[in-house]
Amino acid sequence: MMTDTVMMSKPGLIYRLYHGKTIPILTVLLSLLVIWYGGAIYLNYDILTSNYERNDVSWDAEKLVADAWSMKRPILPAPHQIATEINKTVFQKKITSKRSLVYHAWITTSATLVGFGFGSLLGILLAVGIVHVQTLDRSLMPWVIASQTIPILAIAPMIIVVLGNVGLTGLIPKSIISMYLCFFPITIGMVKGLRSPDVLQMDLMQTYSATKSQIFWKLRVPASVPFLFTSLKVAVAISLVGAIVGELPTGAVAGIGARLLSGSYYGQTIQIWSALIVASILGMVLVYLVTMTEKFVMGRMGYRS
Amino acid sequence: MHLPLGSEGGTSLMTENAKPVIEIEKLNLIFETPDAPVHALSDVDLTINAGDFVSFIGPSGCGKTTLMRTIADLETPTSGHISVNGMSPAEAREKRAYGYVFQAPALYPWRTVEKNVVLPLEIMKLPKAEQKARVKKNLALVNLEGFEKKFPWQLSGGMQQRVSIARALSVEPDLLLMDEPFGALDEITRDHLNEQLLRLWDQTKKTVVFVTHSIPESVFLSSKIVVMSPRPGKIIDIIDCNLPRDRTLDIRESPEFLAIAHRVREGLRAGHSYDD
Repeated sequence: MMTDTVMMSKPGLIYRLYHGKTIPILTVLLSLLVIWYGGAIYLNYDILTSNYERNDVSWDAEKLVADAWSMKRPILPAPHQIATEINKTVFQKKITSKRSLVYHAWITTSATLVGFGFGSLLGILLAVGIVHVQTLDRSLMPWVIASQTIPILAIAPMIIVVLGNVGLTGLIPKSIISMYLCFFPITIGMVKGLRSPDVLQMDLMQTYSATKSQIFWKLRVPASVPFLFTSLKVAVAISLVGAIVGELPTGAVAGIGARLLSGSYYGQTIQIWSALIVASILGMVLVYLVTMTEKFVMGRMGYRS
Repeated sequence: MHLPLGSEGGTSLMTENAKPVIEIEKLNLIFETPDAPVHALSDVDLTINAGDFVSFIGPSGCGKTTLMRTIADLETPTSGHISVNGMSPAEAREKRAYGYVFQAPALYPWRTVEKNVVLPLEIMKLPKAEQKARVKKNLALVNLEGFEKKFPWQLSGGMQQRVSIARALSVEPDLLLMDEPFGALDEITRDHLNEQLLRLWDQTKKTVVFVTHSIPESVFLSSKIVVMSPRPGKIIDIIDCNLPRDRTLDIRESPEFLAIAHRVREGLRAGHSYDD
């Protein structure tokens, strides 16, 4: 009886797997893994065979595959090697340890969040100025766009050097680079959002002889919220990129960027790959958090999802 | 053509103490467009008295909405004189002398029904208790009690338009400007809202200016019908329409009603003749 009602009320597991996103996502993941394992054999083949020849080791296909998937410094590590490394550096180390990826991820995250916070603030302020002051619209907008045409990899070392000279090191320069990248989508999105009220909605305010600030708070701001969240999602992802890029030129000792850098110094490809994976998981978590906030706020504002 | 100004000498019940609310003399409005200037309003003369229900009727492009927007200070006339409550339209707007109902409900989607109605009151910075009382009263007036917490998308088109009427009424203006408020609604809803509006007008004794392109609607609602024609937008006839104030929809089959409707139609046809 019990199972019957459960079966009736909920679609079966197989049905849900078949119609949900799970199967397609798993299929893509599986094909990626197959290609990856194959690629690991192909890319590591040359090093392995020349090693075998030099050391006069007899080998067959089975040994080659086993070795290709368990090298210490492979060209391309196998997925399980990366998984083992992540397990070791995330779960097996104390999070305060310099060898813990959690510790490094936190260093980068803190710079990301500070940069994202200030970037959002700067982005919104610029947008408010551009929407309200005609001169700013004409004078500022071209510079805002121009700022993004400078390659961040070129300007990041300059920012670090200049700020280092005035005594600012560590978190601040990284946050500034992160801010420099992330204010842009927010400015663009918010300018569009603050200008999104239609003629009728504006006329309505006119008939109430509302002041500029009343129009701003009661119409422009709420109308811009959907635009804000769309830009925040883009901004938070590139804030993370900014923070990582900011860690590269200083030879920083901590952070995801530092892990990438030291990994490439010592040919620790497994370390590089696990840092990459952790960085992308971090990015996904940040975007997810913004999406959840968006759902909550938009729900409270009565927007249909 | 010379036109009678207002209803002086008319048979209106309010003729004795009717005082003009809106006075318009030789009003012209020309829109400058890239190719050629558009003469939206040409030499418009019109007086609207307190307690009148005046409809502007005419084909699209005859300037009826523009005339109403000029009264509301949403457009600035090129020449001529216009006064609202003895003030310039700008002063009248600043004093919140009128409530404006647009073609579309223009509700703010992030505000619930009650929050939409309270919007003008927030802007006027009325005390909270007063705001609450007015919202309750005006939602009751348009039969929307129980929908306070709903968001606009949860309501039908007719209900949304009623919210927008309640919002305009909550300002408690003596003058109500309504720009084709029921244009987008089906006929059944429209009939129903027409009856409600008429009762509201009868109860509150407000002055109503109403834009429409429906002949039956204008005759049914109005105490005065202003017939307009396009290119350039001008008034071609002003028709007094003194059906009893407590009329019902049945009156639309009466001979008096049909006679007035006929005259409106004649006027519209005359205004259109040079077009062909």
